[in-house]
Amino acid sequence: MTATTAPGIRRADHVAISQFINHGDLVLDVGCGDGQLMELLQHDRGARTRGLEVEQTGVNRCVAKGLAVVQGNADDDLPVYPDDAFDVAILSKTIQELARPKFVLDELSRIARRVIVSFRNYGHWRVRTTLLTTGRIPNLGHDVGWWSDGARRPCTARDMAELAEQAGLAIAAATAVSGKPVNGRSLGRLNWTAEELVFVLERKVKR
Amino acid sequence: MNAPARTLSGADGLKRLSVATPDQPLRLDSGRTLENVEIAYETWGELNADKSNVVIVCHALTGDQFAASPNPVTGRPAWWDLVVGPGLPVDTDRFFVICSNVLGGCMGSTGPASRKPDGTYWGTDFPVITIADMVRAQIALLGRLGIENVFLAIGGSIGGMQVLEWTVQARDRVFAAIPIAVAARQSAQNIGFYETGRQAIMADPNWRNGNYLAEGVRPERGLAVARMAAHITYVSESALKRKFDRRLQDRTTKTFGFDADFQIESYLRHQGQTFVDRFDANSYLYITRAMDYFDIAAEHGGVLGNAFKGLHTRFCVFSFSTDWHYAPEENRQIVRALNAAGCETSYVNIETDKGHDAFFVEEPEFWAGLRGFIDAAAGARGLPKRSAT
Repeated sequence: MTATTAPGIRRADHVAISQFINHGDLVLDVGCGDGQLMELLQHDRGARTRGLEVEQTGVNRCVAKGLAVVQGNADDDLPVYPDDAFDVAILSKTIQELARPKFVLDELSRIARRVIVSFRNYGHWRVRTTLLTTGRIPNLGHDVGWWSDGARRPCTARDMAELAEQAGLAIAAATAVSGKPVNGRSLGRLNWTAEELVFVLERKVKR
Repeated sequence: MNAPARTLSGADGLKRLSVATPDQPLRLDSGRTLENVEIAYETWGELNADKSNVVIVCHALTGDQFAASPNPVTGRPAWWDLVVGPGLPVDTDRFFVICSNVLGGCMGSTGPASRKPDGTYWGTDFPVITIADMVRAQIALLGRLGIENVFLAIGGSIGGMQVLEWTVQARDRVFAAIPIAVAARQSAQNIGFYETGRQAIMADPNWRNGNYLAEGVRPERGLAVARMAAHITYVSESALKRKFDRRLQDRTTKTFGFDADFQIESYLRHQGQTFVDRFDANSYLYITRAMDYFDIAAEHGGVLGNAFKGLHTRFCVFSFSTDWHYAPEENRQIVRALNAAGCETSYVNIETDKGHDAFFVEEPEFWAGLRGFIDAAAGARGLPKRSAT
């Protein structure tokens, strides 16, 4: 199978991300796993892709598919990339698992003109009512518990917006994974209604 | 068995081609030229009609051109028959594979153990060569074979240095490259280890200032010690512990002498002794020196990325977690430079306790990675996918 074969199963957040990728974009997928998103972006959007993945099995699967992937760690390996090396950098359901999310976002906004993040929204109304009624943070991932290794950081749409602001980024577009894109001003409603979100972030100050 | 003393005549049955003549000498980095150079080589598989399926295999320090078939001179088995052969990652059913003995080597290519045109041995009159000189000779060999473009260049250790050098010297004539367990520059630690080996050779009274072939002796002890010291760096501490630890060799108590009490001593002595039967001591000096001088960045303004800038070659770098000869971090420096240069780059660090020499031995994750990258590159190059098995 080559990298341009149509992928079989498509993750909903991957499809949501792909609408923001233009033909010919050079894309860095941070935490690319076995390369499903890269395949989709090559096939559907005509993008050129590079991956960064920490797990051996994911790296081997990517290499076996002919995808360019570097075995490495987002928390450590991004500083070596030059400024503006990529058109787009993607963190698909990765940012809540990073040890240093602010550092990684700072680095990605340096090496790519746009950063796309997808994440689980802990501001969703069901999460809020569960917290209200049970007194516990609902587990939206597959964490054994909030204390487990690599447990997700439970942040909301507004929390993510705050991080973007801190990193000097503006929300150019936002969408629920199963919805239509809106601009950053509709954040309040998205924060109530979206279980999973995609933010397209751009530098406030253009270089 | 008399590996170092072969002549240029080819009476030993090794395949050779002349790649430099007085009319077209080989110009070396040192500023000297070689007017008569022969390169010994082997091939496997068939060259396709548009000559697009050529694979260059680059051998390591003590290797030779017999990557995929037994060496008829030494009787040793192929050194990479786990990787190169029918249906293997470097698939000789689909690719035309060429492996040549390096310039300065002692398995038929011109080196210090060869004779000069006047019939005397080169010895230490042979010019000091570099990795780039070795690759120059290989490119000339391909020219003699009527081949311009390379589908894949692959090799480990000093073979990986040659692969990197191929991509910068032959520019976009290399479609894909797999440097394995290597560095873009020789570390101080490695220069130190190889200098220790060279000093052992030169301290052997039989070295005779490099003239031992003419005098009918060989610095076997020095060469064996050089090999023993280097061999320790090719295996991991954890593997030495697993295989030998402090176990005694064929005895139950210490002898309170300097015999090989420990299994590790016996093992290293064996490594040294079998090595001198097949390798020329002066070749060892020249090839290790070429490794010391290797520093791609130094030749590109001190910035490694500049060496690779604008290359269309697709790279896949492999390292081994317990390799301390060319540690994963040194391989990662190459990967970072390739990324900085915008090259299409993959990097796989294989978890293993087999150390630097892991690329010679059974390592399924490594093979799977090789197979995947090579098959995908073959697809992109329009070469057939794996033959039906």
